[in-house]
Amino acid sequence: MAIQSDTKPLLEVKNLRIEFPTRRGVLTAVDDISFDIMPGEVLGVVGESGAGKSLTGAAVIGLLEPPGRIAAGSISLEGQRIDNLPYEKMRQIRGRKIGAIFQDPLTSLNPLYSIGRQLVETIQTHTDMSESQARRRAVELLADVGIPAPERRVDQYPHQFSGGMRQRVVIALALAVNPKLVIADEPTTALDVSIQAQILDLIRKLCKERNVGVIIITHDMGVIAETADRVAVMYAGRIAEIGPVRDVIKHAKHPYTHGLMGSIPTIGHDTEKLTQIDGSMPRLTDIPRGCAFNPRCPKAFDKCFVDRPELIQVEQTRAACWLYEKEAVHG
Amino acid sequence: MFAFIIRRLLQSLIVMLAVAFISFSLFNFVGDPVNNMVGQEATAEQREALRVQLGLNDPFPIQFARFIGNAVQGDFGVSYRLSRPVSDVIATRLPATLELVFVAAVLALVIGLPLGVYTGLHRHGFGSKVLLTLSLIGISLPTFLIGIMLILIFAVWLGWLPSFGRGDTVQIGWWSTNFLTVAGWKSIIMPAVTLCLFQLTLIMRLVRAEMMEVLRTDYIKFARARGLSNRAVHFGHALKNTMVPVITITGLQIGSLIAFAIITETVFQWPGMGLLFLQAIQFADIPVMAAYLCLVAFIFVVINLMVDLLYYAVDPRLRVERSGGGH
Ligand SMILES: Nc1ncnc2c1ncn2[C@@H]1O[C@H](COP(=O)(O)OP(=O)(O)OP(=O)(O)O)[C@@H](O)[C@H]1O
Ligand code: SF4
Ligand SMILES: [Mg+2]
Repeated sequence: MAIQSDTKPLLEVKNLRIEFPTRRGVLTAVDDISFDIMPGEVLGVVGESGAGKSLTGAAVIGLLEPPGRIAAGSISLEGQRIDNLPYEKMRQIRGRKIGAIFQDPLTSLNPLYSIGRQLVETIQTHTDMSESQARRRAVELLADVGIPAPERRVDQYPHQFSGGMRQRVVIALALAVNPKLVIADEPTTALDVSIQAQILDLIRKLCKERNVGVIIITHDMGVIAETADRVAVMYAGRIAEIGPVRDVIKHAKHPYTHGLMGSIPTIGHDTEKLTQIDGSMPRLTDIPRGCAFNPRCPKAFDKCFVDRPELIQVEQTRAACWLYEKEAVHG
Repeated sequence: MFAFIIRRLLQSLIVMLAVAFISFSLFNFVGDPVNNMVGQEATAEQREALRVQLGLNDPFPIQFARFIGNAVQGDFGVSYRLSRPVSDVIATRLPATLELVFVAAVLALVIGLPLGVYTGLHRHGFGSKVLLTLSLIGISLPTFLIGIMLILIFAVWLGWLPSFGRGDTVQIGWWSTNFLTVAGWKSIIMPAVTLCLFQLTLIMRLVRAEMMEVLRTDYIKFARARGLSNRAVHFGHALKNTMVPVITITGLQIGSLIAFAIITETVFQWPGMGLLFLQAIQFADIPVMAAYLCLVAFIFVVINLMVDLLYYAVDPRLRVERSGGGH
């Protein structure tokens, strides 16, 4: 709640478009999305598979895989543009300013190196610390993320840790050199349900302590409810609704968000997740004219099949839906 | 780990026994050794006396045990063709083959590995495409053709290199080496290049495939996300993860190099074991054939053991699982 409107945003994404040139033409996977993150703020990004969540995260950290490319828009970190930096400049920002947490802790760590070595290597890449300083820092980090007996564990190999412990190591790696922003792409999806909440708490706690902004990507509204300050709901490459978590959950504006809220699973009791709404998200090759959600929308009307809605401010949140056009105009 | 080594040693022993059995069987199935040793005019008594002397009338298991007992001491009898102890004959030929195989293996690894890394990293580059096309040629052209082409170009047309033989060798004890004279080096270049080409392309393609595979893994993406330099990502993280399959294949390929050496040695009249083996076949020189089989099998087994030990050096997962008494 310490977010002040007068502080400068940590991250600004403006009109970002991500395209894949293919033989059958250019696919637009992320289409004109904009959002900000304040220092220390946790932004949840939620949406069905293929909505463009991971691509957005990859674009921010500069690791879009070719042929995917940023076709338009800008990404700025602390006021500096980072979407057009040369590789070497961007490499220095990765890990140093932006950390990443991946989905599967079992495959995120190199099996052939001890976790200590992987931590030390990350620290030494971005700082002038000596080997022994970096090692001491590594042990501290392991303690911070709640790994018992860190002095002993630091020399062990990834396969000697459980899934949950490995994800803690991954978090330690992401935070190793005090980044300003962490991108966590489905950080708990691959974990046993019994430890998902612990890991989410840990991410939230550490980032709040260090005033680190977080983008947490998930399918799971439960995860958002638990961790995020604000949420962006993505649908077919666009943001359908964005606003404070409380408002979006209690008073969802966009019919799609409504559908998502049909049942907020408490963490660990989800199986259906986002399949509450009939039908499925259109593929990139056949996104309908007008509002992309119109085939599934119970409230669709004429205009929805013709024009594409932009985000419209509705109370605390903004929703891309024609239902609110009048309110915006008259209210 | 200790238990694992013991187990591998036992397996190796079984392999060696099987090969010894096959070698030994050659004596019984391919002609009568006594005929090979005495002239046409020998009497029946002389033959019988020789049979007793050689122990050929003893029961089969005893003969086999004796064969193994002798073989372990390096005694494979006397060559029918050369009338000299097989161990002496082999000792004069072994260095030639081992040096040839050694140079070929080093060439294959030292050239194949970097080319594999390069083509794996620069998948779409022009250089990669050229190298891959060339490697296809390397894999599909028969060895003897490459050998003959090399001879034609470098020996006949240019006259830079000798077309056959080992050139000058230097004797160190029973070992004769090519490595101490210029003529020796000149002689070994063409055979070694010919012999290594297939393995070189194989290693290059393997490393390339493994690199491409590893570069797709999450831990490589995560290493990039941590901001590690390309060098650390490619060589520290990716290359090391390709090593287990590369070690396996390279180890096995050293075995095949010895086998392939038969052709190369024939093309270049290289006085090694392969050439010896071919001549032994032509003359049904069973003791030499038996010794060659046992020796090659032994080298295979030793290389396999070394490969297993190298795994431990590379992959920590094996170290813990096995020493933990698991399995
Ligand atoms: N290399 C590619 N070529 C073409 N299209 C691609 C490529 N990579 C991703 N896409 C498309 O981009 C869209 C968004 O992908 P993204 O990985 O961001 O989805 P996501 O929201 O993270 O989904 P998930 O929940 O399954 O992780 C998908 O529809 C996918 O088909
Ligand atoms: S714009 Fe129309 S179709 Fe789209 S969500 Fe709103 S009401 Fe439904
Ligand atoms: Mg994703």
